Parts: sequence; structure tokens; C-alpha cells
Amino acid sequence: MSLKRILGASRPLGGPLAIIVLVVGASAAAFAYTAGWFSPARLTPERIVDALSRRGGAPIGHRRNHSKGICFTGTFVAGGEGAHWSTAPMLAQGSYPVIGRFAIAVGNPLAPDAAGRVRSMAIRIVAGGQEWRSGMNNSPVFVVATPQAFYEQALASDIDPAAGKPDPTALKRFRAAHPETAGFFRWAANAPWTTSYADQRYNSLNAFRFIDASGVAHPARWSMIPQTAAQTITPEQRKALGPNFLAADLKRRLAKGPLRWRMVATLAQPGDPTNDATRAWPADRPVVTLGTLVVKRAEDEASGPCRDYNYDPLILPSGISGSDDPLLAARSATYAVSFDRRMAEARQYPRDGRSQ
Amino acid sequence: MITRFSVLQRWLHWLMAVMVIAMLFIGIGMVSTVQPRFGTLVAVHRPLGIAILLLAMVRLAVRWRRGTPPLPAWQTFGAKASHVLLYALLLAMPLIGWSMLSAGGYPIVLWGPLRLPAIMPHDDSLYAVLRGAHTVLALLLFATILLHLAAALFHALARRDGVFASMVPFASRNTPVGPKLG
Repeated sequence: MSLKRILGASRPLGGPLAIIVLVVGASAAAFAYTAGWFSPARLTPERIVDALSRRGGAPIGHRRNHSKGICFTGTFVAGGEGAHWSTAPMLAQGSYPVIGRFAIAVGNPLAPDAAGRVRSMAIRIVAGGQEWRSGMNNSPVFVVATPQAFYEQALASDIDPAAGKPDPTALKRFRAAHPETAGFFRWAANAPWTTSYADQRYNSLNAFRFIDASGVAHPARWSMIPQTAAQTITPEQRKALGPNFLAADLKRRLAKGPLRWRMVATLAQPGDPTNDATRAWPADRPVVTLGTLVVKRAEDEASGPCRDYNYDPLILPSGISGSDDPLLAARSATYAVSFDRRMAEARQYPRDGRSQ
Repeated sequence: MITRFSVLQRWLHWLMAVMVIAMLFIGIGMVSTVQPRFGTLVAVHRPLGIAILLLAMVRLAVRWRRGTPPLPAWQTFGAKASHVLLYALLLAMPLIGWSMLSAGGYPIVLWGPLRLPAIMPHDDSLYAVLRGAHTVLALLLFATILLHLAAALFHALARRDGVFASMVPFASRNTPVGPKLG
């Protein structure tokens, strides 16, 4: 029996089969193209996470960046002033629960705390069934403006397998090729060191948009201003600190009482860059007090409440949206991959923290 | 005997065809980009998935009430198996997506202030399983759709037996409708 008869075709098969192969093949090719399977040079979240994972230590089971941290819980007490600028439910006067995390911006969950020039605070505020998640750093500007530059910085920080440490010239070459990083590195070289998460100011760095009740968008960046006095230390004192001084300091302070930050939003004026996190806005921009973050309790990450949350900066309530800052989408996409990997590796980061 | 799908069935089929194919391209595109369109794609992916879930349930109900035109006997098994698989995936993919976001502790954002409730406990291992399944089943769904497309074109171009015509949205009264049986 011929193929034609088996398939029950009433006409010659050549033409129809050619069309079918063409249509199905083109559909599959379009899918493969969209997936990036033809574009090995495309910058994907997977590649960024791979690069972040090669900076030393074994971040298996952990966040691939800001890998060493500690959970906290507390409340956000909104004064109501922010409700004038945004309809976000947690900006209406009231008190809302917060699950957060302090961390240092390293790729190794066992790094000594003094290795973390950048300290961060992540928050998840819940109100009216909605969430506002945010990851903020203590630097006044971000180091780069684009995902591509961020990827290059991660590559420059990767451990050279032969040498067992990063190529010392790679970061120099990166900085020379990226003059936009100068503001960040000036801060990193000159800002005084302290021994606490509590005395740091944390900044959203990326711009967002507050949407008010009449639908008008107000470009904004937000910050957490510490209500704890900073105690600076000398480089010599820093070298004498133990590996986990930040968690110890936090627990010691919280044993005595809550820690507070005033949360403010800085509103942009027309012309202020919203798409470049390396550029600060002028100091005279209006500042709105949104409320007070009250941090009450710290818990080790292994079994703490922040462990299984992704502090994706695009998880926002109605009334707040992302801006044209290209880092926001890249952060969101990259955090998702880091989250997917560590959730799949959860057994290697047991809840009682014994792997530590 | 029914020889064609009803107008409602045909419209549901083609509407969902567009939505599901868009969904698969949005899904595979969003997980492989860090460009600003990532945020837009994710924002579309969630409500579109829920819309597909609702439409798939409507379609099954309509199919159950009205029935379908019979298929030529020689290929009934293959056609039925692929249709069962398609319906199963159309229902499973949105449910797995919804469950996965629930297990990951994510808010299930539709649009504006509208959020869906969690339908699974916040659990790391459960999330990992569902997240993996969402990708594997998406690829299986796309492969099944390609097979469905190839079979539909074969009926239209080679067999000309009315199977394709039974699902064409606008068919003139003169086109042969309904499968030639036997």
C-alpha cells in the first residue's frame, strides 16, 4: 500500500507535504528565535546569574547576589502624606506588616562582612491584598546604568579558575571602559565604614512612578533614612572585626528595642534622569515623608521568613509602577532566575542552617 | 448529524488559537530577555493565562453540550488523543502558573489592584517542581500545536475531506462541509 493510500490523500502528496513542512518548520523556527536559541550572544537573565554565581564561595541554595543576609520583621507606619502622590494602599495612613532582609552585596554566602562595601535592605510591605517589594542599597547611586554594563562588571569580578581569584586587571579595565561608574567608586573609596545595618541609609536608586488618584504620574526615588546615629570606624578597626559582625550588631540592637528608618520619596523635576541610576538628582528636589519603618525582630535567613521571597523590584502595588530605567526589567528577570535556582536547590540550604 | 462545529465553537477555537500561540511566544520570550519589554510581557502573561483558563472551561462546556462532528475512522485514535492532550494542557498550564506563583510567595497580579488568591501553600520545593513543569509542559503544548497544525493542513490540502472545513471560521455554503466518512 502506498503512503498516499495509507494517509487517505485524494491528490498527489508532494505539494501539500512541502507546504506543511514549510509552515510547521517556520513556526518552530520563529519559536526558537524568540527563545534566543539562534542568538547565543543575547544577554539573558541566565547568563547574568551564571556570571554572578562565579564570584567565589558556593551560592548553591542562596541568592546569587547579596548572598549573605539576615531576615527581619516589623511594620511600616504610613503617615498618609504619600497618599497625595500615589494610590498605593500602604501609603494611606495606617500600619502594615513588613518582612525584610539586610544583606551585603557579595556572591559568597560565607564572605566576611567586611567584604561587603554595599549593604542592602529589602522590604515587602503588605496592604489591602497588595504588595510593595523593594531592594535598596546604601550607595547614593548605582554602579552602572544598563544591564549590559552590570553583566560586564559581574564578569570582571568572576574568579579565574586557574588563579583561584578574580583577574586583578579585569575590574580596572571595566572601570576604565565605564566612566559612568565613577560616582559609585568615589563613594566606595571615601564613604566612612560603620559596623551596623542600622545606621545606613538605603536608596531605591532606580526611579519609579507614583500614580496619584487623578492618574497623574510623578517620577520618584525612595530612601530609608536611619534614625540610628552612625559610628564610623577606621580601616584598622575594620580589619579586626569578626566575619559576622553585622548580624551580631543587629541582634544586639534589636534586643534593646526596635530600630527605625524614615521612608521618604524624592520627586523628580522635568529633565531629571529617570533612566540612569548612576546619576543622582539635584539635592534640592522635594522630599515627601511616606512613613516610618519599624524593624522589630531579626532571624537567621536559613529558617527566617525572608528566605523564600524574591525581592523583585517590579512587584509593586497599584499606584506605583516602574520607570524607563532599563535596570528594572533586568533586575526583575534576573532575580526570577536566581529565585528559581535556589528554590530548586532548597535541600542544599537546610532550614536549620546546618550547612553553614 | 452535526457536520461542522458551531459558530461559537469555531470562534472560540480561533480566538484561543491566537491567544495560546501569543502566550507561548510571550512566555518563551520573557524568560530569555533582560530588555524593558520583560515587564510588559510578564504583565500580559498573567491575565492572558487566566483568560485562557476561563475560555478553555467555556469551550469544554460547549463541546459537552453540542458535541463535535465525527472524524474519519482511520485516524480517530490519533486525533482524539491529541485533542485530549491539547485540552489537558490548556487547562493545566494556567493552573500550574497560578499554583507556581502561589508556591513562590508571589502576588498573583491581574491588572490594576486586582489580585488572585493563592491556591497553593508558600513552599520552596513545591515551587521548584511547578516551575519546572510549567516550562516542560509549555514546550509539549507548543509541539502538540505544531502536530495539530500539520494534521489540519494535511486534511485541508491532501485529504480535502471536510475536517479542516468543519473548523474554518467563514466557510461559504458551497464549500464541502463535514467529513466524508469511510
